[in-house]
Amino acid sequence: MNKNFSWFNLTSITFGFAFLYIPILLLVIFSFNESKLVTVWAGFSTKWYSSLMQNQALKDAAWVTIRVGLLSATVATILGTLAAITLVRVGRFRGQTLFSGMIFAPLVMPEVIIGLSLLLLFVAMGLDRGFWTITLAHITFTMCYAAVVVQARLQDFDKSVEEAAMDLGATPINTFFQVTLPIIAPSVISAWLLSFTLSLDDLVISSFATGPGATTLPMKIYSQVRLGVTPEINAISTILIGIVTVGLLLASFVTKRQTDRAERERRKAFGATG
Amino acid sequence: MSTKTHGLGRWYVIAAPYLWLLIFFLIPFFIVFKLSLSDVATAIPPYVPTFSWSTGIGAFISQLDFENYTFIFGDPLYVNAYLSSLKIAAISTFLTLLVAYPMAYGMARAPRSWQPTLMMLVILPFWTSFLIRIYAWIAILKPEGFLTMFLMKLGLISEPLQIMNTTTAVYIGIVYSYLPFMILPLYASLEKINPALLEAAQDLGSRPWRAFWQVTFPLSLPGVFAGCLLVFIPAVGEFVIPDLLGGSDTLMIGKTLWNEFFNNRDWPLASAVAVILLLVLTIPIVLFQRQQQIEREGGR
Repeated sequence: MNKNFSWFNLTSITFGFAFLYIPILLLVIFSFNESKLVTVWAGFSTKWYSSLMQNQALKDAAWVTIRVGLLSATVATILGTLAAITLVRVGRFRGQTLFSGMIFAPLVMPEVIIGLSLLLLFVAMGLDRGFWTITLAHITFTMCYAAVVVQARLQDFDKSVEEAAMDLGATPINTFFQVTLPIIAPSVISAWLLSFTLSLDDLVISSFATGPGATTLPMKIYSQVRLGVTPEINAISTILIGIVTVGLLLASFVTKRQTDRAERERRKAFGATG
Repeated sequence: MSTKTHGLGRWYVIAAPYLWLLIFFLIPFFIVFKLSLSDVATAIPPYVPTFSWSTGIGAFISQLDFENYTFIFGDPLYVNAYLSSLKIAAISTFLTLLVAYPMAYGMARAPRSWQPTLMMLVILPFWTSFLIRIYAWIAILKPEGFLTMFLMKLGLISEPLQIMNTTTAVYIGIVYSYLPFMILPLYASLEKINPALLEAAQDLGSRPWRAFWQVTFPLSLPGVFAGCLLVFIPAVGEFVIPDLLGGSDTLMIGKTLWNEFFNNRDWPLASAVAVILLLVLTIPIVLFQRQQQIEREGGR
């Protein structure tokens, strides 16, 4: 099949990835720029990083964002995994169409609509808006992404493994924790990472869900970008890009090691019988 | 099908995500709808409810008031914002397809050992902040930005380019940010195509280009369809991209809703804008869901 991998394919991939990565690379390079002008190179400097470290408002916003992210990603992964099991394993039940509709709709629903509707709910419930309402909002939209990620993995693996465990007398809960969960673990981890990143990244829904008390990092960045570009934003962007890249490399390393191990064990098993 | 997960345990598994979504996803829409029928007021919260349980449902129905809707349909500003959002989303979806298709095709034809890495490279920008990626484009597109500097050095232009604050910048922003959403379903359906089919077409005398149009492209249509929906639907309601890259001539409904809500503090009108936007998007959203359903059942 690789004979079709022609110069045309190579060019389209190269140009495509150049388009995807050049903006990000420029941002990273110019975060180390001495000059205040974002596009004029005036020598290497880390001064925007140190001025970032002294910016208390940004640090507070980052801390709020991380707390919201950790909490909402964890709850969203649990709910999303349950939702994925419901979609793939539970079989038909009443209201299933509505359920799968509610899982898939938030993936494409414009954020302004989700944000507005959640805000009106919080007002109707009389909740004080701030940290907790942002967290509730983030759980709601990220759990749907988590569900989709876990669901894809659940579909792939053989249900008979679970059935065998239950035939051998394991309770459904035991089966889940000892058979199903270890198999779907990589997808649960990536569901958590995805939820966490989406939460870190969200501007629109947070802006609706928050009150005067809690400002997230994207809200802070957004207001600074609107006021005019400051090189500090380049620095904070680079830090965020770095965190995400390291996290993803770790995740793919862990997943690769797991699949390698599974492969080795499979070979060993075959070697033993053969 | 799964006879073993009967009874109470099964119910618990369903209940938690189900109730959560009912409370935090479905009920809020009813509240939006209810509020869209209310009047604006200078109070906290800034609206007068036209329905309360104490007066009963009869009084509510007799008082139903669609003035926010008649206002929206009577004002060309809003109608134009809807139309121009649909147009911008449609054009940028098409442009995204044009950029994504050759990439997805190249990835699907790349050596097997490269493919996981290429996939990862497509997903990686998606994991980096959306806002930051849009911000990076401001530095590229503004008159004294990288693009102008680069083209001037090459001697291709002598005047700074005016792309920033135009609809072109919005197209670039949408294509850039939504590219992974288009590539992934395209790649998934292109990768599934059996290369033997293409070889057969070529053995039967078909030229590569014709083989592509008559074999590969039709087989990739599910991916094209899924990718287009994944880009089109959120693009219609996009707020950040038109706000940061677009100018005053770029009219988009997501931005209108945001302004109505945060600047004019007219919550009922913002709700009515949201209800109509939702109605506009119902058809593509239902199509998307059906597509997912088919894919899920096919995957079993």
